[in-house]
Amino acid sequence: MTRLTIPKTYKLYISGKFPRSESGRVYEVVSNKGDFLANAAKASRKDAREAVVAARAAVSGWSGATGYNRGQVLYRIAELLEGRRIQFIDEIVRSEGVSAQAAAAQVDEAIDRWVWYAGWADKYVQVAGNANAVSGPFFNISVPEPTGVVAIIAPQGSGSLLGLISAVAPALVAGNTVVVVAHETAPLAAISLSEVLATSDVPGGVVNILTGSPAEIAPWLASHADVNALDLVGAEHLDWVELQISAADTLKRVLPPESGADAAAPALARIVAFTETKTVWHTKAVL
Amino acid sequence: MNFLDYAPAPESQAILNLKSEYGLFIDGDFTPGRGKAFQTISPATEKQIAMISSADAADVDRAVAAARRAYDRTWSRLSGSDRGKYLFRIARLVQERARELAVAESLDNGKPIKETRDVDVPLVAAWFFYYAGWADKLDHAGVGPNPAALGVAAQVIPWNFPLLMLAWKIAPALAAGNTVVLKPAETTSLTAMLFAEILQQADLPAGVVNIITGAGDTGSALVNHPDVNKVAFTGSTAVGRAIARAVAGTDKKLTLELGGKGANIVFDDAPIDQAIEGIVRGVFFNQGHVCCAGSRLLVQESIHDEVIDRLKQRLSTLRLGDPLDKNTDIGAINSAAQLARITELSDIGDQEGAERWSADCAIPEDGFWFTPTIFTNVSTSHRIAREEVFGPVLSVLTFRTPAEAIAKANNTPYGLSAGIWSDKGSRILAVADKLRAGVIWANTFNQFDPASPFGGYKESGFGREGGRHGLAAYLKPSVRPSVRAALNASPEPAASVKKPAAGKKATK
Repeated sequence: MTRLTIPKTYKLYISGKFPRSESGRVYEVVSNKGDFLANAAKASRKDAREAVVAARAAVSGWSGATGYNRGQVLYRIAELLEGRRIQFIDEIVRSEGVSAQAAAAQVDEAIDRWVWYAGWADKYVQVAGNANAVSGPFFNISVPEPTGVVAIIAPQGSGSLLGLISAVAPALVAGNTVVVVAHETAPLAAISLSEVLATSDVPGGVVNILTGSPAEIAPWLASHADVNALDLVGAEHLDWVELQISAADTLKRVLPPESGADAAAPALARIVAFTETKTVWHTKAVL
Repeated sequence: MNFLDYAPAPESQAILNLKSEYGLFIDGDFTPGRGKAFQTISPATEKQIAMISSADAADVDRAVAAARRAYDRTWSRLSGSDRGKYLFRIARLVQERARELAVAESLDNGKPIKETRDVDVPLVAAWFFYYAGWADKLDHAGVGPNPAALGVAAQVIPWNFPLLMLAWKIAPALAAGNTVVLKPAETTSLTAMLFAEILQQADLPAGVVNIITGAGDTGSALVNHPDVNKVAFTGSTAVGRAIARAVAGTDKKLTLELGGKGANIVFDDAPIDQAIEGIVRGVFFNQGHVCCAGSRLLVQESIHDEVIDRLKQRLSTLRLGDPLDKNTDIGAINSAAQLARITELSDIGDQEGAERWSADCAIPEDGFWFTPTIFTNVSTSHRIAREEVFGPVLSVLTFRTPAEAIAKANNTPYGLSAGIWSDKGSRILAVADKLRAGVIWANTFNQFDPASPFGGYKESGFGREGGRHGLAAYLKPSVRPSVRAALNASPEPAASVKKPAAGKKATK
């Protein structure tokens, strides 16, 4: 006799809470063999807008934290991911239909990549910033600062957890807050990641995760005036040119779609892409 | 004649050796444009200086083709040190012809000769000198070892600092190994044409820099050309948006330096004498035709009246008139269109209830002029507090606490510049941290240097010009960024869908 299992209800993750879609809509998530896995929430335009409000509210706290502090908070997430390693492997096996070995490799890589990015939080300013020797009696320094609210279309290919983390982690390192649309057909790992985030020390609203149709949600994020940047890394199958055109109305910073094995490869450039360089001049007295 | 009246001291135009008409500079030679030629006038007299060619789409095509050929056959094969030597030559030639360039710029743009002579042209030389030295040191630009040039850069520049903006664009592009097609603004093409002569004197290989003149259509044809790899634009936010839309879906790298509505924050402990000078420099420098102008004065309530009184006294001593006169502080507005825009927004300021004060100065009969003007009693919702006037018009708002100053300063879709005046270092640093602007001047304003990155937050654009960051804007990594190849063991590759090639929109 086998025990009757208790399936999980997969919901959205907005402002540190787990709401259903305000629209009441769900969509079926199935395994690669077509077996029913879950009813995921199908986020609406209004959910996306709520997520942007939450992300905006979280900017000052998260960007105002020290790099050392952000680094520790992000590292803590890796600790929790490690503890739930088996759960993620199981979910990836079920939803992506890959071998346990491949799933384990993906989870391990995702955790290691998260740690790699966490370590940048108190260093990227030093590497990307600059002390400028100007020809005059001035102190002059350039430092990168977070751009603000970043909307991300997570990679939609294989590797639902790794793709998500590869896009979200670099945006967080600098102090941005994030609204991310998860892998459409394999969203379970994203929702489980939100459980990790909710029990870590990341303040609510810093990461907001939407499940549903990227094609439906992305245009609202691309045109939203309170979104500062758009990462289209997983938008290759969407009408991404139109999204980019829409983003131009408020001069959002945009990263284009990527494909192939090294899509969203770990790079300092992904961190710096969503920063703004601020240059401060101060007069020096003439002694 | 009181003690403030000066005898005229005009800089001689004899140093100029202008042609009556200028062609396009393509592939190392001047050639007539196929569009309808137009006149460039002195905004101080409305008299014609010369006729300027207009490039049509076919001319743009020729210029881009010349730049591509020069990139493939010459410039990309040259060593970094040789590229640097050409830039050093250009810097020296600019220094040698500095007086001539300053006079031509004042004549064509309307800005005072003391500014072109002491600010614009020296900075042009400095920009080429600075980036010349970078050309053989690109490994240190911050984009990884052995970075690559992008290819052909399309550059469109504004009329407020014609030659200086040309230098900001061309110097880093060439140092990084790109070739260039540049379009100056319609009303200020003259010094770009003189610069083309300098390139001939420097014996720069043909096609490495091409300069095409014309109006908005020419610029549009240039940034939309399928064979350019980089677009760099300085100008209005409206045009910047259109360019961002136009390059969407292409591989063109984009830098936009757009409008601003800079806040100049004066705390009650500020060194007042310096602050008054800084406010004047912030918004009346170059007739206020400065994207990073401190056009919103945020003054702490307790010192509002004193600051305004002293500001009025100071503005009353400014001399408005002949741009070529060495005593002139405020020159001519660059064009009739810009004068109309300034006049319209100022009238709206009156209508919305702000209080206007203008310096009492005589306006010459011909030409385009606007007296230095202050609006007090301005609230954050007024259009003169929200929209870029791009003229000698200052809107004054007040605040009580640092938090209020920061909130008001950031209450704009722009984010290019800001100023802070205070004797308290810790307060300056804390306020600077909170301001969402790309350049912050503390106890100074409108300082520029080739080593110092410049550019905006939010709708003031993206990308930086100046310094190492300005160089990186013209480079790409030699290989795709993959810092930890060993860790890069993601599972089977996703279905490979190629991005559209440069210039080609994905089919919708």
